[in-house]
Amino acid sequence: MGRLGTSNAQTSRAPVHRPPISTPKNRRWNRRTRRDAWVFAAFAAPNVLLILLFTYRPLVTNFYYSTLDWTLGAATATSVGLGNYVEFFTSPDASSVLGVTAIFTITTVGGAMMLGLLVALALNQRLKGTTFARAVVFAPYVLSGVGVGLVWLFIFDPTYGVLSWMLRTVGQASPQWVNDPKLALLMVIIVYVWKNLGYCAVVYLAGLQSIPTQLLEAAALDGASSLRRFTSVVLPLLSPTTFFLLITSLLSSLQAFDIIRIMTPSGNGTSTLIFDSYLQAFGSYNRAGYSAAISVVLFAGLLVMTAVQLRFVERKVHYS
Amino acid sequence: MSTNTVEATPRRDRPFSWQNLGKTIAGGYVPLLLATMVVFVPLLWMMLSSLKAPGEIVTTNLTWLPKSPSFQNYADAASTVPFARFFLNSVIVTVIGSTIKCVLAVFTAYALVFVRFPFKRVIFLLILVALMVPPQVSVLPNYVLIAGMGGLNTYWGIILPGLGTAFGTFLLRQHFLTLPPAILESAEIDGAGHWRKLWKIVVPVSVPSIATVALVTIVSEWNEYIWPLIVTDHPDMMTLPVGLTQLVNSDGSTQNWGMLMAGAVIVLLPILLIFAALQRYIVSGLTQGSVTG
Repeated sequence: MGRLGTSNAQTSRAPVHRPPISTPKNRRWNRRTRRDAWVFAAFAAPNVLLILLFTYRPLVTNFYYSTLDWTLGAATATSVGLGNYVEFFTSPDASSVLGVTAIFTITTVGGAMMLGLLVALALNQRLKGTTFARAVVFAPYVLSGVGVGLVWLFIFDPTYGVLSWMLRTVGQASPQWVNDPKLALLMVIIVYVWKNLGYCAVVYLAGLQSIPTQLLEAAALDGASSLRRFTSVVLPLLSPTTFFLLITSLLSSLQAFDIIRIMTPSGNGTSTLIFDSYLQAFGSYNRAGYSAAISVVLFAGLLVMTAVQLRFVERKVHYS
Repeated sequence: MSTNTVEATPRRDRPFSWQNLGKTIAGGYVPLLLATMVVFVPLLWMMLSSLKAPGEIVTTNLTWLPKSPSFQNYADAASTVPFARFFLNSVIVTVIGSTIKCVLAVFTAYALVFVRFPFKRVIFLLILVALMVPPQVSVLPNYVLIAGMGGLNTYWGIILPGLGTAFGTFLLRQHFLTLPPAILESAEIDGAGHWRKLWKIVVPVSVPSIATVALVTIVSEWNEYIWPLIVTDHPDMMTLPVGLTQLVNSDGSTQNWGMLMAGAVIVLLPILLIFAALQRYIVSGLTQGSVTG
């Protein structure tokens, strides 16, 4: 007790063992830095706490939920360990979910990037109207997926849609599009590509415009054809842009939800991981634990891609 | 004959020169027009259809222009579901949500750049990683939490989980780092505290960046779907995208397309108009990070 009391150097006149001069560590915590710390806390804490509560906490909670056999809304749940994961990876439904996810992701990413590059090449010309065209092409990217999905559902309507009308005029019967499990996924993919290709186009356009014109002129002087210039000069120089788009498109494609949900409300050969996870918990099944397991699988996939992206960004920083 | 210097000049850079006209149209304008039409025509079709009478939509003889444009479809939608209420809810959620998000982003970014604090880097890293966590993965735990707090079918239940903003903070931090420290130091010498420096210097010179963050936030709040879909089941509390789901027949039978197109117009048009007016800022915000060094 006595020791504790005497250690309070400010108030007691008892012999002080430590020198009263402030150490460097103390100096860092003088009045101003203390006030700065308070300001920092006041300014940043609300946002940081919200992020911790609604972004980080769910990641941990999801792991816990994924080990439960638990009906959403029920008061009790039983632990099943890795049972949900075992069920997911062994059930035939799940392998179809993984397959649909793979097809959807590869085709939407590939489609939007390739078409985006073509559009970017069309936009990268000294012509009047390219600024306007760029804005028009980008526009779908900012629009509500629900609204976009509805518009395309109408265009694809087997009886009254524009597409069926076009098919009729050339003497073809219209397929059932959304009601046909084989075609529903294709439809959803087309609409998703339509919505996202403008983003790829605009990013590619920025990449194209950063290519030094001297390089292309030099290649032209060497007699390279325009195709040769494209494959040997433009594409290699665009590779960082391509990689950036590949990663961001993969991430966003794995998270695609609104278009799939509005076009095929209960899934019709269109259940990707995110959509299946939603259906399991909030569709008619109410299987919260199983749904959590699926979302953990999804998160693991996203994590791997994010890691790849971070590695790449790190390397790029070193090289530049 | 003396060589005409004008003719000797290479003309390949002039797209509308006589020799290049055909090439310009085939290689330049046709692809451009095609890309523009592919995007534009479906949206035009939606707008025109929303003004058509039911008999003109449910027909196998398509016509482009409505014979007598009317807003009947909008009225029908409003009498089937609380359409005006959906719109109002969307406006409320978007305005409150994006205002708070922008304020939080400004404060956090200011603190990360201009306030001395020992764990700044750790906190920035925490925010950076959160940027990469998809909101969809946290839907179920957040639903359980918000439902437990009685937040189902409430405005705060819709808004609160999305409020923490990693994107806005990141974007504004990058911008604040480019501000010259000298102006802040001189303000400090004049005795300005953090509050004064924030509002008198940093915010006024950062208006374009803050506007970009605000626009991108407004766009994403307005279009947000999965969370409002889960957290609301009462029609009076649904936002527009969720409410529109109510208009769709889940069995895939014949839809009331006029009504649905009216709904699509109402959810797409506001963002389309904002985008048309301010697309430069929105594009730069959404493609942030894409420019390679």
